[in-house]
Amino acid sequence: MFTKSMFETHLPKRKPSRRDFLKASAATAGALVVATTVDFGGNKAAALTMRDPPQPNAFIKIAPDNTVTVMIKHLDMGQGNATGLTTIVADELDADWSQMRSAFAPSNPLLYNNLLMGPIQGTGGSTAIANSWSQLRYAGAAARLMLIAAASDAWGVPEKEITISKGIISHVKSGKTAEFGEFAAKAAKVMPPAIVEPKQPKDWVYIGKHVPRLDSVGKTTGGTIYAMDIKRPGMLTAMVEHPPRFGGKVKSFDASAAKSVPGVVEVFQIPQGVAIVAKDTWSAIRGRKALRVEWDDSNAEQRSTEAMFADYRELLARPGVSAAKRGDAWGTLVKAAKVIEAEFAFPYLAHAPMEPLNAAMEIKDDGNVEVWAGAQFQTIETATIAWVLGTLPHNISLHTLWAGGSFGRRATPNADYIGELAQIAKNSKAKAPIHLVWSREDDLKGGRYRPMFLHSVRAGLDAQGKLIAWQQRLVGQSFMIGSPLEMAIVKNGVDETAVEGASDMPYAVPNFAVDWHNPKSEVTTLWWRSVGHTHTAQAVEVMIDRLAREAGKDPLEFRRELLKGHPRHLGVLNLAAEKGNYGEKLPKGRGRGIAVHESFKTFVAMVADVTVGADGTFRVDRIVAAVDCGIAVNPDIIRAQIEGGVGYGLGAALRNKITLANGFVEQSNFDGYKPLRISDMPQVEVHIVPSTEAPTGVGEPGVPPVAPAVTNAIYEATGKWFYSLPWKLDGLQST
Amino acid sequence: MPSLTINGKSFDLDVDPKMPLLWAIRDHANLTGTKYGCGVALCGACTVHLDGEPVRSCQMQVRDAIGRKVTTIEGVEGKVAKAVQGAWQSLDVVQCGYCQSGQIMNAIGLLAQNPKPSDADINNAMEGIVCRCATYVRIRAAIHEAAKSLG
Repeated sequence: MFTKSMFETHLPKRKPSRRDFLKASAATAGALVVATTVDFGGNKAAALTMRDPPQPNAFIKIAPDNTVTVMIKHLDMGQGNATGLTTIVADELDADWSQMRSAFAPSNPLLYNNLLMGPIQGTGGSTAIANSWSQLRYAGAAARLMLIAAASDAWGVPEKEITISKGIISHVKSGKTAEFGEFAAKAAKVMPPAIVEPKQPKDWVYIGKHVPRLDSVGKTTGGTIYAMDIKRPGMLTAMVEHPPRFGGKVKSFDASAAKSVPGVVEVFQIPQGVAIVAKDTWSAIRGRKALRVEWDDSNAEQRSTEAMFADYRELLARPGVSAAKRGDAWGTLVKAAKVIEAEFAFPYLAHAPMEPLNAAMEIKDDGNVEVWAGAQFQTIETATIAWVLGTLPHNISLHTLWAGGSFGRRATPNADYIGELAQIAKNSKAKAPIHLVWSREDDLKGGRYRPMFLHSVRAGLDAQGKLIAWQQRLVGQSFMIGSPLEMAIVKNGVDETAVEGASDMPYAVPNFAVDWHNPKSEVTTLWWRSVGHTHTAQAVEVMIDRLAREAGKDPLEFRRELLKGHPRHLGVLNLAAEKGNYGEKLPKGRGRGIAVHESFKTFVAMVADVTVGADGTFRVDRIVAAVDCGIAVNPDIIRAQIEGGVGYGLGAALRNKITLANGFVEQSNFDGYKPLRISDMPQVEVHIVPSTEAPTGVGEPGVPPVAPAVTNAIYEATGKWFYSLPWKLDGLQST
Repeated sequence: MPSLTINGKSFDLDVDPKMPLLWAIRDHANLTGTKYGCGVALCGACTVHLDGEPVRSCQMQVRDAIGRKVTTIEGVEGKVAKAVQGAWQSLDVVQCGYCQSGQIMNAIGLLAQNPKPSDADINNAMEGIVCRCATYVRIRAAIHEAAKSLG
């Protein structure tokens, strides 16, 4: 999620200084010592007030039992950042991997804000490693020096003669050794060092190597607790009947049948619909089924998908807001030797994380509020709860838990489902902890979709087959305009999340114009794993492939010529082409395609192999990916994220769409919205480009190149272009 | 009050005998390793063993499980279970992990029946268990590795 503009607003242009480190970790000097653990920051952070002792470091907690706990300020929804962030600290601290632990940090934007999002604690835009890299290297290096200082004092030997390796502090001359726990208390009293020098890459022990994921054991034995698994004494389960059409409102409801369902405790209206509160999930499901609601659809979206696309197509004929312009695209197209036009259509898409949206809330008698959620925008969520309940954010303890996927869905500019839970808790008379649970049907029908988009692209070639003009128009809803994040993202009337990947495409075209329309609908939309790139990569990379062929050039060579001056694009393009044997002659019915795309400052190229049977059967056999995400902190997690990105993008491109019939969503579960299954999954090979650049993210960038690489491979196998997604592969035949 | 045997322990559950087994396990036996993903047997996240066979607990009623042995991810034991969980861990299969209880319970069921499954056997057996993180490449590799370790 999030766009380049946001990065540019907040990304420090210089290396973080000592001052940044201190600012980021809210440190001055001194230490906090508690009875059983020495707190290098962390678990007291939520309660930190001006009177609390200053903490050297909010990210690292070393206990007398030698465990080192890294406070994870991000949501780990599967990307592996709990392991990744812990890796950075373990390396700087010279700890042993077996002593490393992770814990999700409390909600506290002063300590735990995302440095790429400004004052907000939140996860998105593939930024977890990118924004924490310097912060945690400095935190780990400082803690290491403090342990050395404590050992030096205790042993009466010079600091520079003390070494640390794999969790053992040693003084070679005297033969003295100690583990971290022994000096944790003493180290916490040491003045944090004024100068911190992180390690040189040649000295890294864990970064760039393999460490086992910290969440593997819990997640393979049923022990990991997700928000869905929270149990509190007397907890009730709530479900909400939402309007079946977007923009609909409750006109009236009859709760008599619902209230007679055993286990149903309360039924009441909230702004989001009608809430059922029951003693367990099954009672809530049955109670909701018995509920009768009449809806006021006077302001609701009542169009069908076809009608919406027809309206989009009308907009496509008119100029939109300019998102990028250089030279004279229209004037050049008139004079071009050859003009190629194509239209690309993209449906609404649901995120459909495996764990449906849910969260639990307990309002205590003293006014304090505890909340458990796969919290992705802690600052916005805390503020929303406080606003709904009429309290102050510091009265709210938000516990972030492992999340069963998100793909963008858990992060919304208005904390949608957590705000809904707050409404229920506020209006409930039961005085009990409440767990709001969305069903899979609620999830798929509940909106916040990747917006529908329609693109037209016109490109011109001169007589020598050189690309001289590109004009692209996009039509698709903005989810930023009108949201609290509008100011950070919308520039000159253009929502960058709508046009990213197109307006800033890297190919050298002297005459270039991209514009955009923001059509209105009550259907709610949101970022979906890789956001605008989910559609712009398809439009740009398929069009480029077609243009290469129209110019009589090899698609790889054509790209190389247009990407001069873009070494990182070329690096992944060349590596994927080499490892994927791009250009090799294949037998009839098989095709190989290539695509390259940058998103979130990470560069990914993919070579796709497909087989199209004479009978029209189709499968993607293999994806060979090359990725440049700067320094590879956890190579195996990077591979896993690219594998997952391939599957997520491929599943959507194969058959996913959310459609409306007179405003009603036509899909309700995994029969209508068919997810990728194991038999669909191609073989995936991931190659990482060695780099000394600062690390960037990999949660999202694996998604954009897969659909265009496969589309281009299908063309190779069949001679047919499938511009729109999902591919309409009926009647497919190999050539 | 229906009584169920789950992971070798007896649970007297104050529930409607027609309640789906999934909700009895999660909400009343408080064993939360078994997951809700779709409620209609389309995702397999709720897979448990009934007398050693993988079943979708969202489609079983409590009364169907009375007098039978219910095993969940928290209680699954034996050589095959150990090999499967070990392979999952050594290959770091998990991402979000929410579906993995179902994947593992189903994979144990597969290997108990077919100690040397081919890729096609794996596809057939595992097709019903959805992973939105698409960890399928590693799921396949882990099943092969578990099969290998079982000899």
